Amino acid sequence: MPLRVETFDRIEDAARALQGNRNARVIGGGTLLMRGVNTGIHGFDTVIVVRGGQSREVHSDGTRLEIGAGVTMAAIAASPELAFLAPAARVVGGPAVRAAATVGGNLFARPPFGELTTALLALGAQVHYVGHGSPQPIEDFLRERGRDRTRIVRAVSLPRIGDPSAFRFFKVTRVAPKGAAILSIAAHMPVQGGRVSGARIAVSNMGPTPLRAIGAERALEGQPLNDDTAQRAAAAMMEGLSPLTDELASEWYRREVAPVHLRRLLQPGYGR
Amino acid sequence: MAKKPIQFRLNGDEKAVFSAEGENLLDVLRRGVGDLTPKYGCGQGTCGACTVIIDGEPRLSCITLAETVEGKAISTVAGLADGARLHPLQDAFMRHFAAQCGYCTPGMLMAAKALLDRNPRPSRDDVVDAISGNLCRCTGYEAIINAILDVAAGGSQNARRV
Amino acid sequence: MPVEMRKEFFADERDDNLNEIGKPTQRQDILGHVTGRSPFYDDHLFEGLLHIRCVRSPHHHARIRSIDVSQAERMPGVKRVILARDVPHNLNTLLSLLDFGLDDEPLISEKKVSYKGEPVCAIVAESERAAREACAKVRVDWEPLPAVFDVEEAIKPGAPTVNETYPANLFVYHDRYDHQKLRYGDVEAAFARADHVVEGRYQMSPIEQAPMETCGAIAAPETNDRFVCYTSTQALFFSLGTAAKLLDVSSARLHFIGGTVGGGFGGKVDSLHEPMAILGAMLTGRPCKYMFDREEEMQVGAPRGAERWYLKDGVTRDGRIVARKFTGYFDSGAYTRLSSYAIIKAVGHLPGPYTIPNVYADVYCVFTNRTPATAMRGFGITGVDFAIETHMDKVAEAVGMDPIELRILNAYRDGDMKAHRRLAKNTALVECCQVAAEKARWQISPAARQASSLTGGGGERAQLPPHTVTDQKGLVPGGRTGGYARAAKRKEPDFAARPAQPAAPMPAAPAPQRPAASWEAPPSPPVPPPAPPAPPASPASSRGPARFSSSISGLRRR
Repeated sequence: MPLRVETFDRIEDAARALQGNRNARVIGGGTLLMRGVNTGIHGFDTVIVVRGGQSREVHSDGTRLEIGAGVTMAAIAASPELAFLAPAARVVGGPAVRAAATVGGNLFARPPFGELTTALLALGAQVHYVGHGSPQPIEDFLRERGRDRTRIVRAVSLPRIGDPSAFRFFKVTRVAPKGAAILSIAAHMPVQGGRVSGARIAVSNMGPTPLRAIGAERALEGQPLNDDTAQRAAAAMMEGLSPLTDELASEWYRREVAPVHLRRLLQPGYGR
Repeated sequence: MAKKPIQFRLNGDEKAVFSAEGENLLDVLRRGVGDLTPKYGCGQGTCGACTVIIDGEPRLSCITLAETVEGKAISTVAGLADGARLHPLQDAFMRHFAAQCGYCTPGMLMAAKALLDRNPRPSRDDVVDAISGNLCRCTGYEAIINAILDVAAGGSQNARRV
Repeated sequence: MPVEMRKEFFADERDDNLNEIGKPTQRQDILGHVTGRSPFYDDHLFEGLLHIRCVRSPHHHARIRSIDVSQAERMPGVKRVILARDVPHNLNTLLSLLDFGLDDEPLISEKKVSYKGEPVCAIVAESERAAREACAKVRVDWEPLPAVFDVEEAIKPGAPTVNETYPANLFVYHDRYDHQKLRYGDVEAAFARADHVVEGRYQMSPIEQAPMETCGAIAAPETNDRFVCYTSTQALFFSLGTAAKLLDVSSARLHFIGGTVGGGFGGKVDSLHEPMAILGAMLTGRPCKYMFDREEEMQVGAPRGAERWYLKDGVTRDGRIVARKFTGYFDSGAYTRLSSYAIIKAVGHLPGPYTIPNVYADVYCVFTNRTPATAMRGFGITGVDFAIETHMDKVAEAVGMDPIELRILNAYRDGDMKAHRRLAKNTALVECCQVAAEKARWQISPAARQASSLTGGGGERAQLPPHTVTDQKGLVPGGRTGGYARAAKRKEPDFAARPAQPAAPMPAAPAPQRPAASWEAPPSPPVPPPAPPAPPASPASSRGPARFSSSISGLRRR
């Protein structure tokens, strides 16, 4: 398909251009979009460039953090404020990919990619768009992803997490550290009075977008975190999930290994 | 297919070139301005053979849309040596046998330079991470890591002349 | 880890005054590598360079009803569409340069495709993007055919014919047999006497060479009616000869420049790119580049082929292997390329580095609807060595012996007769096993520690078996033409007329358009003396040692 590249100085103008063309895509770092551009098999006819890139700002108002869509994986990995997200940002490609890849682009990454989005899903992020309109819970964004292509993501926001150790992330890959993921797991398990309260566990490559492991969340909710509950969460993990088969792993393999990795991730003292 | 003018600095020199719609930086560098040091290995950002440095950061030129480098400063291996004097990394790669077929070497050198420019005293883990996006199929990683660590340790102070 | 020199071995055969071995020597091309100036084939700039890309089969096996290029021809930037009819001599087999095998593979396919990714049309355009976009506009009317992916399925009656040149899906060896044979002694009699018979099945999957630089070539018209071709080939003269043949031109008109290869590992000998790039340059008068992108390199580029091996060993109670029988299947993919030769190498290697008095092998080069296989680092040896060494462990377990001691016991010694009827010399397996055991802190018996490759060999072990059973299993009717080229010269090779499998969906094999010798080869190529008459057609074995040697093709005798 012949391709046009349109460059805009103002993101509002880019947003208008996107609204008028369903076959347009906004380029972030380009690490995924350019694969399609290079092969000519891309399913879009226009690439929209925002000159100077999208917002690279990180705001914090005490209860929430807002991360601009143009913030790169390298910037997240280097930011003390976002240190809890670093384990997800650091495993996105090598340094050259991380220097380019953005939060906005990662939200649209298709399997087997999208480690950061998996983390954002576990953290209960909201997606903010350019212009007016209210932010959208990331679950809703992911459900509609690919259908609603008329708005430009401006930023994501997430509640500040009280205890950084309550968030854990692990990417399973055959080629450490930068190979594409067999799967990745993000778990946010705030503990109150010795019991898990408000557990959110997200896992990638179990469907077209990262998905929550509802069964595992339910098994943990209200329970103390120990070997026994980890075991039960792992056993319930695959409920409602349909692992993908691709060049990296079969459906069967992902189904077998995912609970093992979740159990390890939930071990008390993981990563210490 | 209209071509668009873009300007950038390449190894310190101003360049102006016309790029086709959707052209990537690798093609612009190689075919447009004739810098053949970055290599095509995959066209999808997985092999690192096309690594260049843009405004101080390592970047993969094959997945960088040419239009997005307008006004930026790009370095490649073509600008690594200081005239006839090799860069310490080049010298160390020679001494450590850190190249076999040589096809990954330009990308490895730029990934290593991007690391050392920011972190002149990296640990071995830092070095491994820095080249983790660069594949070498002749399996010379150990030699490459050792060469980079050698430069970090102050070896190659007196790089030889070409 | 520092290199450890074990100088006690071969001390009497080595000149220790050498001054290169044992210390590092700088590569002569390393300065070019670290300065990015090594001239890989794509590092040559041409004004007005055109780009070639192929329309490829999405099917593993399909008949081509029609190809409509009318839309593609009108796409912006398209300079030329190349179809099968534009290739002057559109049928080749790589080893025809050595008179080994029949031409079986077109550069561009016309009637049918036999593997996913097989090219059916090439587009020459101003840019790679324009070529890609035009490729997407070529309309091919495919009729998918049943495909076969398993070597043993492919040779069953009724299997689809993959390769029309070899309708039974088996390469024909020495013009005579549908497999390569090794006969040495009498394995069946030895099995009957053995205390244990140990069997195993071993499967190796294809392996992609995955060079960092994908395969490619740039060709351009030169002065003096010549064409220059910059190429990533690992085999410059091989590619030169192949291009000259496919394009039906004198090799004197082709000026090949190579030698700087961005990793090859065997995967850059197939010479697919050079003829296409030169053909593009011939048809357009402009420089043309044809290269695989990474996806093509992985999907279409030929891998090391899959192999399946069945091993059967006869073993005495004390661990001596008295008979070893192999049945091997090499998955050649859709065309021969180099798998036929891999088998010659493999069979020459049997039964591995062991002295076994009775050895038998039937090894088949099988065509399937998978990507054609080719060379890769030790191909022909690596797969069967995996089978042999895994089987050795299995034998050790069966007889209750230490696996390293089993190897030392059965290892060949200097002076032993090998199954290919050559005396072993410079053997060192015993010493390798001893060092491996030592390094791994693996306890072996004092006797095993004291064993030596220099002692215990020769004598009776230097003798050929008193009796070798031979047979004519797999004899192909109408063979013995005295050479593949000569066979192809006739309208249709006799053995290609072997009754096709019942379900073969295709008509008879397409005969080459012209004799293979028409491509500037000497008028009468040196024809090997005819093979001696076949032994009487009785299944009875011939008696006595059969000592002979053969060239790669097995057609020349010394």
